[in-house]
Amino acid sequence: MASAPPQIDRETQLRMYRIMVDCRTFEERAQELFFEGLVRGTTHLGIGQEAVAAGVAAAMRNDDYTFCTYRGHNHTLARGVPMAPIFAELFGRATGLMGGKGGSMHLTSVKHGAMGSYAIVGAHLPIALGAAWSAQYRKSGQVAVCFFGDGTTNIGAFHEALNMAAVWKAPVVFFCENNQYMEYTPIREVTAVEHPAADRAAAYGLDSILVDGNDVEVVHRVAKTAIDRARAGDGPSLIEAVTYRHGGHSRADPGKYRPDDEVAAWKARDPVPAYRQQLLAQGVGETELEAIDGDAREAVAAAEAEARPAPEPAADVLETQVWTDGGSAWRN
Amino acid sequence: MPPRTFIDAIRETLADEMRRDPTVIVLGEDVGKKGGVFRATDGLWAEFGDDRVIDTPLTESMIVGTSIGAALNGLRPVCEIQFADFIFPAFNQIVSEAARMRYRSNNGYGVPMTIRAPYGGGVHGALYHSQSVEAFFTHVPGLKVVVPSTPHDARGLLRSSIRDPDPVLFFEHKKMYRSVRGDVPDTDYTVPLGKAAITHPGTQVTVVAYGLMAHYALEAADRVAEDGISAEVVDLRTLRPLDTETLLDSVRKTGKCLIVYEDNRFGGYGAEVAAIVAEEAFDYLDGPVTRIAGPEVPGVPYNHVLEEWFMVNPEKIAEGIRTLAAY
Repeated sequence: MASAPPQIDRETQLRMYRIMVDCRTFEERAQELFFEGLVRGTTHLGIGQEAVAAGVAAAMRNDDYTFCTYRGHNHTLARGVPMAPIFAELFGRATGLMGGKGGSMHLTSVKHGAMGSYAIVGAHLPIALGAAWSAQYRKSGQVAVCFFGDGTTNIGAFHEALNMAAVWKAPVVFFCENNQYMEYTPIREVTAVEHPAADRAAAYGLDSILVDGNDVEVVHRVAKTAIDRARAGDGPSLIEAVTYRHGGHSRADPGKYRPDDEVAAWKARDPVPAYRQQLLAQGVGETELEAIDGDAREAVAAAEAEARPAPEPAADVLETQVWTDGGSAWRN
Repeated sequence: MPPRTFIDAIRETLADEMRRDPTVIVLGEDVGKKGGVFRATDGLWAEFGDDRVIDTPLTESMIVGTSIGAALNGLRPVCEIQFADFIFPAFNQIVSEAARMRYRSNNGYGVPMTIRAPYGGGVHGALYHSQSVEAFFTHVPGLKVVVPSTPHDARGLLRSSIRDPDPVLFFEHKKMYRSVRGDVPDTDYTVPLGKAAITHPGTQVTVVAYGLMAHYALEAADRVAEDGISAEVVDLRTLRPLDTETLLDSVRKTGKCLIVYEDNRFGGYGAEVAAIVAEEAFDYLDGPVTRIAGPEVPGVPYNHVLEEWFMVNPEKIAEGIRTLAAY
């Protein structure tokens, strides 16, 4: 009989629940504000995938680095970046995380170790590897965690980064959130193997790791093992977590290319209420969880209220911050 | 110190900078034990070891992407792209990522990275070992582009590039590696990025060039001097940021401007120089802004007759100066 996995301490459990609820509450409101026209352009929600962001973030040290994708609200929030500057960035305001230059797809907060949300698929894998390689060379003890989707596993940068990370034994964790759709196309239709990341691990001499991405404790355990291993100098890991986005790829996409029963089955496995039930069953009080739920609602409302009246950036901000001196000069 | 070849200057500067600053790291294909296919990194591995002189797989995208990540986290990588022709797999990393990091993070972080690459023809390298690629990158805000022409400038500009807080592409004409020699002071001098040099003062025609063409322009200036024509050669040295002050001062003085570049003429770097001169020195011009550049073919051909036909040379430049002087 397999021994039960080690119990995760209560503080960590509640922290993970709080992150998940914060993410869910924030993104549901962000979607409403998108339909209201306050968030422009596009937005990619991770509703349904919060267990990955929360489970991994709770295993990270404050000075570790996160690199994520354009579906990056959850990962940015999970590192402790405050909601108000994220909302302000989604609204394109001067008080936004990047002063309105980035928007939803490009959230970055260096002081929180949130080293960017990348919109060119695969580009951030070599970059995360480079940050990890620097940590290894400088013996800083940092680990870089790089999140990406199933669609990334078919681009060259994935293989280039995985190969080199394995050769260098770099302190990096490559975390594939397999939500099963590469934008609008089922990943299985365009991939030669069943598990787009896990089945390829052997090509880099790495263990094949496939986990349930909707179970925050499973995610947390596997992430902790990989991060500890990386920090100890034992090299990179490639983790594939199978999950599902409740909504479409982006903005108003209703996701109708997915069978109704498949969507219903995954929504029935919604990681947030599932974890709530699990914690209740373990004896956490209803009032304690309700307090966390209430905190999230209040925090989102307060952040929105702070961001709404924030000013637009002045037009002359356009030509700033190209160079380290804050300018953009190309001539004398 | 005795005169140094162009490649001596590159190699010695890399070694100096690595001794000076432990965050300077060199990586690329065969740069370690082999010392680089042109030997630009010869001896670095023996002195600095595996941690700082890194042989990579043949993956330009990974070489540059990894350098960006390392630069975000405290290192100053100097990566080598073995031939400039091979840089395109890394194009996305350079243009979409390195150039944009500071802007997209609103100055949260930057990329103090130098990408070295040998470029240019005239060495029978043929279609994929001879290209000039600078115009692809001078187009992009957030990148600095340097093309030195002398050992002195190579040393001073490479120091400035490595010490610069933003990404620099440093293009070295491979034909100059061992054919160009010059005096190099044995001091820690730098040549600032974005400053051109007048390498041959004159009064009648301004000749704008960089890299190998800066040498050919000097030879051409000597040839036309025998015809009584006084040409002024401006060696741009840095293409972005551009020293428009030196450029425009010269053109306002001579009233005539000839731009020389080895790359294909259409949409090449010289087109931008011509546009700036036309916009900002129009009232001083006494002749058409003229370009001498590579022909309209997609690569440098192999056969020596064809390659010579492709290449700009001192006589072609001299002829251009004579025509413009007589205008």
